[in-house]
Amino acid sequence: MSGSADLNRSRSVDWALMLYVVLAYAFVFAPIAASFVFSFNSDRFPSIPLGEFSLDWYRAVATDPLVWEGARNTLFVGVIVGVVSTALGFGAAYTDYRYKFAGKQVYLALALLPPTIPVIILGLAMLAYLSRINLSGNALSVIISHVVVCAPFAMAIIRLRLSQMDPALEPAAWNLGASEWMAMRHVIVPFCAPAILGALFITMAVSFDEFAVAWFVSGLNETLPVKVLGFLQGQVSPRINAIGTFVFILSMTLVILAQLLLSGRGAKLADKE
Amino acid sequence: MSRDILVSFEGVVKSFGNFIAVQKLDFEIKKGEFLAIMGSSGCGKTTTLRMLAGLEAPTKGVIRLSGKPINDLPTWSRDTPMVWQSLALFPFLNVIENVEFALKMRGVGKAERRRRAEQWLDRMQITEFADRNISQLSGGQRQRVALARSLVVEPEILLLDEPLSALDAALKVRMQSVLKNLQRETGITFVYVTHSQSEAFSMADRVVIMSRGKIEQIGTPQEIYRTPRTRFVADFLGSSNLFSGQVRSGTSGFELDTPMGPLRLAAPAASGESATLTVLDTQTHLSTTAPAGNVNFVPVKVIGEEFVGATATVYLETAQGQEIRVQKGHDELAGLPLAIGQPLYAWWNPEDGHLVRES
Repeated sequence: MSGSADLNRSRSVDWALMLYVVLAYAFVFAPIAASFVFSFNSDRFPSIPLGEFSLDWYRAVATDPLVWEGARNTLFVGVIVGVVSTALGFGAAYTDYRYKFAGKQVYLALALLPPTIPVIILGLAMLAYLSRINLSGNALSVIISHVVVCAPFAMAIIRLRLSQMDPALEPAAWNLGASEWMAMRHVIVPFCAPAILGALFITMAVSFDEFAVAWFVSGLNETLPVKVLGFLQGQVSPRINAIGTFVFILSMTLVILAQLLLSGRGAKLADKE
Repeated sequence: MSRDILVSFEGVVKSFGNFIAVQKLDFEIKKGEFLAIMGSSGCGKTTTLRMLAGLEAPTKGVIRLSGKPINDLPTWSRDTPMVWQSLALFPFLNVIENVEFALKMRGVGKAERRRRAEQWLDRMQITEFADRNISQLSGGQRQRVALARSLVVEPEILLLDEPLSALDAALKVRMQSVLKNLQRETGITFVYVTHSQSEAFSMADRVVIMSRGKIEQIGTPQEIYRTPRTRFVADFLGSSNLFSGQVRSGTSGFELDTPMGPLRLAAPAASGESATLTVLDTQTHLSTTAPAGNVNFVPVKVIGEEFVGATATVYLETAQGQEIRVQKGHDELAGLPLAIGQPLYAWWNPEDGHLVRES
């Protein structure tokens, strides 16, 4: 904090704001933290005082073939969804950046619409539609549904990056002898690289965590969140805490990676100022 | 077509929807010249440059490069590199990679393009920055990278779109001489778009002045400065006093009938025509008494004085409310009373007046 900043701010307001932030985060993260703590607790039921430190629940999860199957499905779906959504999102964002056409506002609104549709409705609609064309109840149906949900996120992230690009950059590449494809490969994609990677990680994270739509369309190829619900319906087991902690850490890692790429060093490396 | 013509615009029109950016452009660019296209914003100068670069297609007319029509050639198939106002350096590439870019796009091998890029870094005196990121360079260094990046393909013509506008005044002057020397040494034709008279006049062999999508005048800086062809040009340059009136033939030759009385003209003109007499502010003189002899003079009052540096500008006003400027060295002004409101006479030799048609 510099001297002039100190001079013009009230200490009590500073403290109050800091306290507010701490409370807000505590409210958000307390349940996750509790789940994290109880996943290492030897007791059968979550209660205080805690029992002993134990990795039993993780061991139980790790030896459960059903969990492994769910994790495999989740990972398989997530990676493909990430790649496909990012590719689609990039195409949509570049179209918005490059071209002016009648109905562009409608195009944008439609492209960004899916995340605003209630997931139950989207899940039901997907199930009805995909079963009609014999695509429901397998991994492909989850992939298709998740791409619909994830591509708009990728588009939004890449669109933001393109809006930061000097509009002369692409024509400058053409002017220096690059065809449109070469300019795409040597200028647009490298410039957008931090956002493209960021979008990849975010869309994977969204797909890993997405439950409602996957529940409707997954059939026998249940992803991990759907499996977790299955467990909960059977019995409340601290195994859930172990799975939750694992999924949370995986998603957070992806989101933090994306955040670093989008705001931090990655973007700075690729930026001129 | 003559051999020393590199580019010709033949009846070129460019419109965007209902807006006509450029109307019927006919002019030629000579091989090896430094041509400046000057005008205020929206005059069509940048559109003209972009059409030459292949970034805009003419609505009508033909543009020829070395005699061949290039209307349908995309920009990547023309050798018309451009230095952009924003410079448009690639932020994710370092200095030498930026300079190599055009060679890479042309499929030049790695060793060969590195060697050629290094030559240009050396020539632009930025060899020590070869591995730096663009963000680590100063404004002047970036200019040099942008020039090297465009010139590395050794083109016949280089297009420059106000590349100095972001620099501070001192650096601007230094880069002007860098550009001028570079153009002289390489013999590459430079087409330089600017709104700045000082940039255009200090560097260019010929200047094109544009207004509202039309060419007002083409000529050497000298010609344009001394003999503006239209009132717009004289007004735009801002270095002359303008007197509007009607030409008539008087007792001792031709005169211009103005609200300030008749002013003598040095050369014959068409009687009855509306015209503007322009007199450079450096050739307008001041005296405390009405000057005698065959000169034009107007009674004026001092309304202000401005220190310019080696010279000063005195602002005066006629009884009709028209402003007149006089620019003189300090020693020439030393003897004159210049208090605000002081009555004086502004005068000039009729030979220093230049008549332009009204437009």
